[in-house]
Amino acid sequence: MANKNVKLKFDELSSALGTFKGLEIQIGRVVDEEWEEPMGPTPFPSVGTFRDWDHKLLNRYKPFYMPFCDLCCLCTFGKCDLTGDKKGACGITMAAQQSRIVMLACCIGASTHCAHARHMLTHLIEEYGKDHKLDVAINTNVEAPNMRLVCGIKPKTLGDLEEALEYVETQLVQLTAAAHTGQEGDNLDFESKAFHAGMLDHVAMEVADVCQISTLGFPKGTADAPMTEIGFGAIDTSKAVIMCIGHNVLPSVDIIDYLMENNLFDTVEVGGLCCTAHDNSRYDKRAKIMGPISWQLRYIRSGIADVVVVDEQCLRTDIVEEAQKMGAPVIATSEKSMLGLPNRTHHPADKVVEELVSGETPGVLILEPREVGEVVVKTALKMKPKRQGSKALQLEKLIEYAQTCRGCMDCVRACPNNLPIMEAVKAAAEGNLDALAEIQPKCVGCGRCESACPQEIPVVSFLTKAAAEKGMTGSYPIRVGRGAVTDVEIREVGRGIVFGEIPGVVALVGCANYPNGGEEVAKIADEFLKRNFIVLATGCSAMDIALTRDEDGQNLYEKYPGNFDAGGLVNIGSCVSNAHITGAAIKIANIFAKRPLRANYEEIADYIYNRVGAVGVAWGAMSQKAASIASGCWRLGIPVIVGPHGSKYRRNLLGRADKEEDWVTIDARTGEEKYVGPAPEHLFYAAETIEEAMVMTAKLSMRPNDTTKGRAVKLSHYIDLHKKYYDSMPDDLHLYVRVEADVPFTMKEEILGIIKEKGWVEGKIGLLDPTLLERMVRGKQ
Amino acid sequence: MAAKMRTGQTAEIAGPKSALLIPQPKVAASMLKKAKRPLLVVGSDAPNVKTNDGDLVDSIIRLHKAGVTVVATGHLVKIFRDRGAEVHSMQFMNLGDRLRDPGWMGLDGGGPYDTVFFVGAPYYMEWLVQSGLKNFAPELKTVSLGNAYQPNASWSMGSLPVKDWLNALDEIIKELEEA
Repeated sequence: MANKNVKLKFDELSSALGTFKGLEIQIGRVVDEEWEEPMGPTPFPSVGTFRDWDHKLLNRYKPFYMPFCDLCCLCTFGKCDLTGDKKGACGITMAAQQSRIVMLACCIGASTHCAHARHMLTHLIEEYGKDHKLDVAINTNVEAPNMRLVCGIKPKTLGDLEEALEYVETQLVQLTAAAHTGQEGDNLDFESKAFHAGMLDHVAMEVADVCQISTLGFPKGTADAPMTEIGFGAIDTSKAVIMCIGHNVLPSVDIIDYLMENNLFDTVEVGGLCCTAHDNSRYDKRAKIMGPISWQLRYIRSGIADVVVVDEQCLRTDIVEEAQKMGAPVIATSEKSMLGLPNRTHHPADKVVEELVSGETPGVLILEPREVGEVVVKTALKMKPKRQGSKALQLEKLIEYAQTCRGCMDCVRACPNNLPIMEAVKAAAEGNLDALAEIQPKCVGCGRCESACPQEIPVVSFLTKAAAEKGMTGSYPIRVGRGAVTDVEIREVGRGIVFGEIPGVVALVGCANYPNGGEEVAKIADEFLKRNFIVLATGCSAMDIALTRDEDGQNLYEKYPGNFDAGGLVNIGSCVSNAHITGAAIKIANIFAKRPLRANYEEIADYIYNRVGAVGVAWGAMSQKAASIASGCWRLGIPVIVGPHGSKYRRNLLGRADKEEDWVTIDARTGEEKYVGPAPEHLFYAAETIEEAMVMTAKLSMRPNDTTKGRAVKLSHYIDLHKKYYDSMPDDLHLYVRVEADVPFTMKEEILGIIKEKGWVEGKIGLLDPTLLERMVRGKQ
Repeated sequence: MAAKMRTGQTAEIAGPKSALLIPQPKVAASMLKKAKRPLLVVGSDAPNVKTNDGDLVDSIIRLHKAGVTVVATGHLVKIFRDRGAEVHSMQFMNLGDRLRDPGWMGLDGGGPYDTVFFVGAPYYMEWLVQSGLKNFAPELKTVSLGNAYQPNASWSMGSLPVKDWLNALDEIIKELEEA
């Protein structure tokens, strides 16, 4: 392990060279070579280190830019019109500007996880000490694959994580600087920097999750992690209710500790929204998950919270105003989101509680996590009798409001999903809530309809009330986030994944900006679980998977096991747990294929890209964090599909299946270059419908290295899904059948007939040891 | 005029270069007739859009029968097939990407399209794809036939009351059927 800033001080040192007095030696970095794996070629890579690798990918998957804005307004030369072939005052083109914005989004996302990790690590080191040993997962030696791969370090203690985080912080400053006026000017170099930000993000996320798993007693990669409950019905409102929102678990840990120490779990309910809820439940399964991030407004408006605690990321920035309407005080706990509240850190707890309960202030800021629990719990207990749930919208008032609708349609124009809000409100004015209840599951909870309404109709409250009236307030089981995939699991399934016998790994990740409600995520999961794919889930997607039951009343967490194996549904955890998904792919290359891991990024990425049939699906991707998480996947060669709203990331990375020259790959055995077909066809792709996304997911699971048996399995799923959702055979099978043995046996004659009509001949598509890296060639011709 | 140029979603406002309004349905029909290589892109919302023929898929089938080349995006082709119409199929993003390439020979290999018509896609996706084409495919004309103004098209029908739009759509189809 490397140590930084080592200082040696000698009052007097006698040596063969002589005697030294008052000698002080300072060493910038000491590298402990206890790790027997030699250092790879790229420890702590800088912004340009992987430029060639990135350009290989970007030349195959060229960006299709869809500008969200035709202007640049970042400096005082502007606004500059960049439409078409126009240039800005600094010389920037539209393509460069779009990629610049993409890079900035990825920097914001990566910085957010990095800042989260920094807060968490600093606090946990204070509490547990720098020498606290890391303990991430059972049956696991490769505890931090992203850090090993990117940084070339093998962290053993909390203190060791600092080096990785300092590296990420330094690099993010370099990347952000590149966006300044008059710096980077080439769109592909901006894209490469976006990839860099994504790679850094996975290191930062890994730091955050590794340190919280190692200290807070979270599940350590166990397939049978405990079950908790999710949903409106999961919350026992007869108790005082604390609602924790955000992503940083530390303040909530103090709340749970306080409840345990004071034996108060019988009288106080802790529920959470978004990733804090995941991590609360990893800390103590008695903590309930209320729902995904998009439910913030619904829950607050329901009036069940006695106290709202916010930490960081994806919060509603008007949360104080909203909570105040319901009489619930807000405790902010992060410097990143202080919300204008008075700082009460280090103030006597009882005094702060009195201030909150009396309504003297709508909320307070407490920046020391270990001071949060007492204030929050005491406040919740005192607020419970005063709960103003009655302030939640009542039916009579709803109808009265609805009758003021002018029919201007501004609500519909403001709705991201174009929901027929106005018609539903008109029906409600007649006392019929059916239409409101029908659109409620498709509502993303943004509240733009309310903001647009000239009559100030509280549409989100309408939807919440309608759903409650229709009894749409259930409770569902969910397996808590288990964290990393263990080394033993990788050993067991690595072969099946690499040779294609397990048809693929589908990672359902990301936010809740769905085009048609969260039920679609459960549909995708179900489709691929039935087909024996390995399905991983994190964040809001892991929650939404739980919120759908089949006709037997079971949800997918009840139906499928939690192990990383064919047909397993693995709740990995919160946003920062996404690092374990890339970590699993990295570990397949290292543990199964024995590829050197240490600071060997390109080779591992080349391996994953050509061999590991993993696909990310972020059906409701919304945030900059989702962009950087995806970007970290792209650099590793893992394709990502987003839902239609994901097109607003303003560019896709699309392959051209019709251009054979784009799909030439090197045979590592001989150095010969050969056409391998468009596998995987795209690197970043926005699908219009889930049916399209499911077919594409199966297609993007194919890799050049698939064995014939593996390719036949993958093709059979692709064909079956295509028939199911398009009612036809795919028209590109001739691009994926390399030899007759690739054809699924039961369809052999039919498929060979089809592809031969398209001019297919055996052997045109290479079956080789694929690599994009010339240096991987073992015996050059 | 101003009402017609009101975008379909609040924040999707036009940039410096915005779509011209199609003054009459027959102008849109004439564009379809006069284009050398027209293509009609139909998005996945089409079955949810009620028209005088039933839904938008039914109306597009009439245009298809009148000789217009139709490509369905998403998984919409299945619905066309269910109704006995064999149209082309391509994913929306893929299609946008191909259309920006002047060397792309089209769905039938017959050469690049010169005018592309859009209807039935999610509003914001059409907005974005047309933005990509406006900026990176300067030679391509794009025409939005939907019921809300699309500022990134070359030409747009504009925002019309539903009844007026349905009648306009009917008129366009009839013009093509009679041609």
